[in-house]
Amino acid sequence: MPALTEAEARALLEKVLRLSKAESCELSLGGGTSGNIRFARNTVTTSGETENMSLNVRSSFGKRSGGTSVNQFDDASLERAVRRAEELARLAPEDPEFMPPLGPQTYMATPGYVEATAAITPEYRAGLAGASIAAAKEKNCVAAGFLDDGARWSARMNSAGLFGYNRSTSVTYTVTARTTDGLGSGWAGQDANDVTRIDGPAAARIAVEKAAASRDARAIEPGKYTVVLEPAASIELIQNLLNVDARSADEGRSFLSKSGGGTRLGEKMMDERVTIYSDPANADAPDGPWVGDGRPTRRTVWIDKGAYQNLSYSRYWAEKQGKPALPGPSNFIMEGGTQSLEELIRSTSRGLLVTRTWYIRTVDPQTLLFTGLTRDGTFYIEDGQIRYAVKNMRFNESPVIMLNNLDALGRPVRIRTDETGQPSLVPPMRIRDFNFSSLSDAV
Amino acid sequence: MERREFLQYSGLVAGALALPVRGGRPDLPGALTPIPDGDKKDLADAALNAARGAGATYADVRIGRSLSQFVSARERKIQGVGGGESYGAGIRVIAEGTWGFAATNVVTPDGLAAAARNAVAIAKANAKFQTEPVQLAPQKGYGVVSWKTPIEKNGFDVPLGEKVDLLLAVNDAALKAGASFVNSRIALVNEQKYFASTDGSYIDQDIHRIFPGFNVTVVDKASGKFENRGSLSSPMGMGYEYLSARPAGKFAGPGTVKYGSYYDIMEDVRVAPAQAREKLGAKSVVAGKYDLVLDPSHVWLTIHESAGHPTELDRVLGYEANYAGTSFLTLDKWQSHKFNYGSPQVTIVADKTQPHSLGAVGYDDEGVKTKEWTLIRNGILVDYQKTRDQAHILGQSASDGCSYAQSWGDVQFQRMPNVSLQPGTKPLTPTQMIAGVDRGIYIVGDGSFSIDQQRYNFQFSGKLFYEIKGGKLAGMLRDVAYQANTREFWNSCVQVCDRRDYRLGGAFNDGKGEPPQSSAVSHGSATARFNGVNVLNTARKI
Repeated sequence: MPALTEAEARALLEKVLRLSKAESCELSLGGGTSGNIRFARNTVTTSGETENMSLNVRSSFGKRSGGTSVNQFDDASLERAVRRAEELARLAPEDPEFMPPLGPQTYMATPGYVEATAAITPEYRAGLAGASIAAAKEKNCVAAGFLDDGARWSARMNSAGLFGYNRSTSVTYTVTARTTDGLGSGWAGQDANDVTRIDGPAAARIAVEKAAASRDARAIEPGKYTVVLEPAASIELIQNLLNVDARSADEGRSFLSKSGGGTRLGEKMMDERVTIYSDPANADAPDGPWVGDGRPTRRTVWIDKGAYQNLSYSRYWAEKQGKPALPGPSNFIMEGGTQSLEELIRSTSRGLLVTRTWYIRTVDPQTLLFTGLTRDGTFYIEDGQIRYAVKNMRFNESPVIMLNNLDALGRPVRIRTDETGQPSLVPPMRIRDFNFSSLSDAV
Repeated sequence: MERREFLQYSGLVAGALALPVRGGRPDLPGALTPIPDGDKKDLADAALNAARGAGATYADVRIGRSLSQFVSARERKIQGVGGGESYGAGIRVIAEGTWGFAATNVVTPDGLAAAARNAVAIAKANAKFQTEPVQLAPQKGYGVVSWKTPIEKNGFDVPLGEKVDLLLAVNDAALKAGASFVNSRIALVNEQKYFASTDGSYIDQDIHRIFPGFNVTVVDKASGKFENRGSLSSPMGMGYEYLSARPAGKFAGPGTVKYGSYYDIMEDVRVAPAQAREKLGAKSVVAGKYDLVLDPSHVWLTIHESAGHPTELDRVLGYEANYAGTSFLTLDKWQSHKFNYGSPQVTIVADKTQPHSLGAVGYDDEGVKTKEWTLIRNGILVDYQKTRDQAHILGQSASDGCSYAQSWGDVQFQRMPNVSLQPGTKPLTPTQMIAGVDRGIYIVGDGSFSIDQQRYNFQFSGKLFYEIKGGKLAGMLRDVAYQANTREFWNSCVQVCDRRDYRLGGAFNDGKGEPPQSSAVSHGSATARFNGVNVLNTARKI
């Protein structure tokens, strides 16, 4: 099914809205084509393309609401979806926190759509996989990787006159190289809206170099170490700092709650070089123009010089507390310095270089304590040089403590989180006293 | 159900202990209408014929319709009522020895034929980089067959109002018992799957899952501390009967009541706030080595991560190296026939047939009839989990039936079946097991979980931790997590309670693959004892 233009999306949504008998109705419509290729064991494994389009309907009578979704667009399916949402709404109890649909909004134009990405072919994907496999074979390594691309569009409309339309593209490429004896492993990844910014063979070469260099890793005693974290090693920890919901902080069940009541807004909790903001119009990591309930995204500073400057509010909680209804973080940009990763390594007297981290999970939401492991390239640095590979280790660390122990920041690079898929800019960073609790035999 | 009736029952909710069971039509009009059988076969044949015509040597098609429904509540309000429906078809082909896949929501003969041709074109584009042509284990066609989760009561047939009433009653009970906050929810899934392949199978399946639960929070504003206590429910491959609170589902035992195939959500939520408060004021654990007694509501997740994932053959072979990882259970260890994974008490079986389990289906997503088999026998690694294109690598001639795709829009691949620790053969109850422990911790419920990409080093937490002193429970502990190496941990397993204590836990959304796909899987066990495990204290200050 080809992408709907703005005019086609508007016409379809207007048609659905005409079917509505509810007091208010909110619609969101989205679709697109996604394609991917996977390879492993130096051969292509699976590859495919999926096209889909789906409509979400939320109908309300007074403070009663119900919702449903459908991906068939014949008249009977559309009618059934609208009736189903209405029936659910009639059966639902009143929601004391119900907020009426937003009126017309002004959405920013965000630079997230690139035609070249929408035009990716199966031959392009196969060629990229082939080039990566060749780079690995040349150095006696085994490559596994994944290219995922998509061209998506979305539109929203409601009975209060709101309408929005947006298109975006994305392409993510990751590759892991392992030495044929299984004793070394390296990883590299690239992420962009524009496929012409992806250089698969270059990523494969980095992965291969790290794989070869990580053979014969030495065991070191777990404990506190200075670490140079590549962006892929820190992004998930940093992202968890952006759990900035005002309500849970006000209710006393967030790391941002203060003993005795209130929140820690404005309190300096981290090093003053830590500044993190969202900006959907950022040219290097653009994001969508609205959040789930239709509120427009705007440039918002969350952490300024080590202190939380803003918390996010649902429309209900904002009204109740008399605060602006600031939507939660979309993409995020962490400010950094001018040094490259290599320069950060060169200026490190003793420490560990961490390529990537893995399986990060909350241990204690009260202190934002997380556990996870290093993976695919962990090295000992001495006098500015990488001396040897070290075995992977498990850490138990809080990003709040980690960013209190900030030593240096490098130049931010584009990266995407595994968990939420939001594009972000994260600098490489050097941290003192990062807490490793045990060794892992994993390669 | 009419609005008036709904209000009437809502009015009863406040003091309701047992909820009235009501009949009535489904709340999702049309949701249960199956796709006419003749249409499905015609659609499938259109896809298979188009694939063959374009040069495929094998093709399968899955026409899928997935339904979901959820109701969620927070304190005294219903937060969300919704559901969804997704309908489409995925076509997988082999052409020039290479897999290709395409999926579409245009479910017409033309739509499926176009997707089939696209799948063949993708396979051919990739064939030039193919160095391991696909070899499928032979699979006979089953003709026209069907399978259905053996449910007693379809959750989608239960009126929405009954679910709303239940959750409001759950939250009311929590608040009355001293909870500061409470969230509760019921989630239902129904996968209607029609599979057909060029082997001659036409398989219709109707699969049901349910996951009810809650989370209670207790806040002490003066100290600025809070503590959660999640429900002790499990996601199940069952209908609404899971919520029937039948006595057969209750396991009284030490500490608190635990649940098996039937869950009493009202009973569980009434004790949760006091347990959260007790945990808030509990002694912070002293780090060190302890003997751990792990309830099935906890150890299912340890089994999942440290036994389920490393015995996935695709990980062992390197297919998941870029994301989920590989496995320490390499082929040489299996070939040795003596790799000591655990103690002789440890026998771990895989199955896709166990009643009430999330993994149970009649046939997998490449048309293989499901079965049970052993992975670890008395501590020794004896087998893996396989799909049709992997069996030949082990010199085997049949798949284990482990192929699954989360939807019509995703390609099927090797996914974990139910993987379960077999109960002990000697009579032993949890109370008797605890009586034999001098210094230990009894852990109930799953918590934080993390394991490395080859499944050696893990760290787990839980919901409730009871100190064991001199064979008796001696109050709760907090800040507990244990770290271990998989092989050392399973070799420290000294006892498993008998079959009377056997229960299923499970994951509603287990992630693997690129793009990531979710699957649901159960893990059974009885309470098990592990000696000398390293316990950390996780308390910090920020």
